[in-house]
Amino acid sequence: MQSTQRLVVIGNGMAGARTVEEILARGGDFTITMFGDEPYGNYNRIMLSNLLAGVEDEAGIFLNDLSWYADNGITLHVGTRIEKIDRTHKVVIATDGTRTPYDKLIIATGSSSWTPPIKGIHNPKRGFHQGVFAFRTLDDTRGMIRYARDHERAVVIGGGLLGLEAARGLQNHVSHVTLLHAMGHLMNMQLDERAGAMLKASVEGKLGVDVIVDAMTTEILGKDRVTGVKLADGTVIDCDVVVVAAGIRPNTQVAADSGLTVERGIVVDDQMRADGEDDIYVVGECAQHRGELYGLVAPLWDQAKVLADHVTGRNAAAAYTGSKLSTKLKVAGIDVAAMGLKEPETDADEVIVYSEPRKGIYKQVIIRDGLLVGATLVGDNRKAAALIQAFDQGQALPEERAEMLFDIGGPAGEVKPEDMPDDAQVCNCNGVSKGAICGVVNAGCKTVNGVMDKTRAGKGCGTCKPLVQRIVEWAAGGEVEEDPAASWYVPGVPMPKPELMAAIRQYGLRSVSSVFAKLVPGGEEDAKSKMGLASLLKMMWGEDYVDERDSRFINDRVHANIQRDGTFSVVPQMKGGVTTPAQLRRIAEVAEKYAVPMVKLTGGQRIDLLGIPKETLPKIWADLDMPSGYAYAKSFRTVKTCVGSDYCRFGVGDSTALGIALEERFQGIEGPGKMKLAVTGCPRNCAEAYVKDLGVVAIDGGRWEIYVGGAAGAHIRKGDLLATVDSADEVITLTGRFLQYYRENANWLERTYAFVPRLGIDRVRAVVVDDSDGIAAELDAAMDASVGAYRDPWKERAEPVTPGQFRTSLPLVVLPQVPVRVSGGVA
Amino acid sequence: MTRLGPVHEIPLGEGRTYAVDGEMVAVFRLRDGSLRALQAVCPHRGGPLADGQIDLKVVVCPLHLNAFDLNTGCSLSGQPDLTVYAVDVDDDNHLVVTTRASSEVSS
Repeated sequence: MQSTQRLVVIGNGMAGARTVEEILARGGDFTITMFGDEPYGNYNRIMLSNLLAGVEDEAGIFLNDLSWYADNGITLHVGTRIEKIDRTHKVVIATDGTRTPYDKLIIATGSSSWTPPIKGIHNPKRGFHQGVFAFRTLDDTRGMIRYARDHERAVVIGGGLLGLEAARGLQNHVSHVTLLHAMGHLMNMQLDERAGAMLKASVEGKLGVDVIVDAMTTEILGKDRVTGVKLADGTVIDCDVVVVAAGIRPNTQVAADSGLTVERGIVVDDQMRADGEDDIYVVGECAQHRGELYGLVAPLWDQAKVLADHVTGRNAAAAYTGSKLSTKLKVAGIDVAAMGLKEPETDADEVIVYSEPRKGIYKQVIIRDGLLVGATLVGDNRKAAALIQAFDQGQALPEERAEMLFDIGGPAGEVKPEDMPDDAQVCNCNGVSKGAICGVVNAGCKTVNGVMDKTRAGKGCGTCKPLVQRIVEWAAGGEVEEDPAASWYVPGVPMPKPELMAAIRQYGLRSVSSVFAKLVPGGEEDAKSKMGLASLLKMMWGEDYVDERDSRFINDRVHANIQRDGTFSVVPQMKGGVTTPAQLRRIAEVAEKYAVPMVKLTGGQRIDLLGIPKETLPKIWADLDMPSGYAYAKSFRTVKTCVGSDYCRFGVGDSTALGIALEERFQGIEGPGKMKLAVTGCPRNCAEAYVKDLGVVAIDGGRWEIYVGGAAGAHIRKGDLLATVDSADEVITLTGRFLQYYRENANWLERTYAFVPRLGIDRVRAVVVDDSDGIAAELDAAMDASVGAYRDPWKERAEPVTPGQFRTSLPLVVLPQVPVRVSGGVA
Repeated sequence: MTRLGPVHEIPLGEGRTYAVDGEMVAVFRLRDGSLRALQAVCPHRGGPLADGQIDLKVVVCPLHLNAFDLNTGCSLSGQPDLTVYAVDVDDDNHLVVTTRASSEVSS
């Protein structure tokens, strides 16, 4: 029997320790020995700038203290440097001559601070000249803090991420800081010239750090200790502390000396193995993968996972294919985020730039083939999380490109989770506080949907969902897990809508229970998915749909809208909002006969009878003898109209007649969300057609404009112009086609105001108006079938469809509990 | 123990409320044919749980979509838990529910 394999790790920094954690997490069975150059456990190097800035203490930056190694049976040799790898005998040899055999070896030697060739920077006896520091290790930082305490003026050499963070941190210890950058603008690796200039202005103006660019430092002045630096142009800057943050170089010496392939870094394959080596892996900043070196932490996590998958045999096919780089500057008061390209590379690259120098704001996105390939934010990081997500995951981008740079139509100022008090109410519908959300995240729930399910936050009108997402991301410290269910049509069937529809067709699934049985592993049904599936199946199968009443939401079981006390509201159909004295008389009689607690006009120009007990519904329908007005379903609701050309002296089209015709045709058609329409007789827009799911506006010359994707609820959006047509018939055709396209392609509960911008109005127009996909005839036919299958549900009153369909569910409660209003007064 | 109406009064996959010894009890007939009985009123805002949608595990209140475990009555969305009642059918396929009051009487 083979004994446990010996795993040796050279390097105890973030890459080495993280890789070992990943291996342990996979149950990797190794005897592990680690060699660390630094005399500590493993600490978070990224946090050194916070340590310098005084916002974090040393205890707070340790990731694994020495007990972690002991607990996991790892032999740690600190302060021991490996000099050579004997690949033939599979041993590593330390500087003190000790030899340690391995079966598998991981090189995670990281990088060292790079020191530019500057006269006087070194002291032959003690490394650096007195007062000069690198900024790479805990010891560097400790030394810097100790020395700076008794000194006044600091110079930082290097205007990259690290240099900027060092400059800000040193302000905590000395009264004056100058930042020298050899290149033409700050953060030149990540930013273009304009962004760099904007950043310089902010660093000078907001932080009070002097910045000199194009500053080639040629000499460190001072005999025993630093007294200043001299630049190539002869400028002398007085200072008593110098910090070098001019970049890093991978530590490749031991690999090169041992015969491994080394170019700029140690060359690795996609499994993170050293070039041509089966048993030697390389991870982190010292690895060169497909020509790239990475100096940020995120790629290192990706590499560690692949390495661990491969070395433990958990997934022999695991492959690292490179990382997309995004970075944020951690300097209080200076917002910088950058990802991907800093400037366009080809003429075909789409570039969107916003620049507001007075406020120090600069934003740029670069798009190629519809995907985000680069973005820069200076002075305003509010869109950083969304952009990083779009960049990392290659998400589809909004047609309205400005939405990538600004929050349009949302709440004015986007609050930062860290700035909110714990008791701040996040979800105003369900009364959920930031503290409650964080509590659930801390208890281990790290998906946005999971948190929403547990707290009900974002489950009301939905406008707070982005904020909930930001709080979850913040509370999870960037460890938000991707929720696979986010792309599914309903949470209980693991498929996006197109796949789901294809499967439903393929297997001929005509009932909700058959969908669960066939398409859910284990066949388990899900209460929260039933309504969405019922809607979809009804749309797809029309008359052939097998209706299981338990799949319906209560509103659809009893064709009325449930109210807070368990009573219902009854809204008879009143096409186009036009009624007659006879109708009004009948409604009045019914309201009196049943002592209806409240009679109210709705926003959609209908009459609402509120507070009706369930068991009274069939009787009221019979007495009204009017069709259902559908004020309860995820369906075509109402067409609001103005009086149009028949009466209005401004009207240019007969909006009333068209509204009635639309409602006549599309009444009761179910969809993924409500469909509220309007037709208005002139652009004065009295019927609010610009803010409807579909709004029609008469314009002079007998023409009609059709707007889609508008909203004026919790979310406000003006619809996009779909088409301008010459006749009412064309309006009806395009309305049917658009609604059918929406029904077939929108996600469950996705209103048109989200659906249209998601696809882009150009795409919607191409399909619906120009028939680019050649599906117009199919859409029209499908809508015809749905229209043909329409039955007025209020006819379902003589005989209940199910036993006790209209039986009260609160038999001991006297309903209505809602207040009764008489003659407009307060009861 | 209180004998109620026949089990087929409850459509498969739905719930109906019964008044039993002064308590309102929602009885659900799951799609696998089994029965569950819970307090009929949602502790959040008084919603009628028998009007909620169910699967084999949970009932979802129709008013604000709070979910409760059908077996334990436990809230799955941060509300107080529901009272659970014993429910069965007798030889004539009639529902039999045991409430606190009726169990005290019988014992």
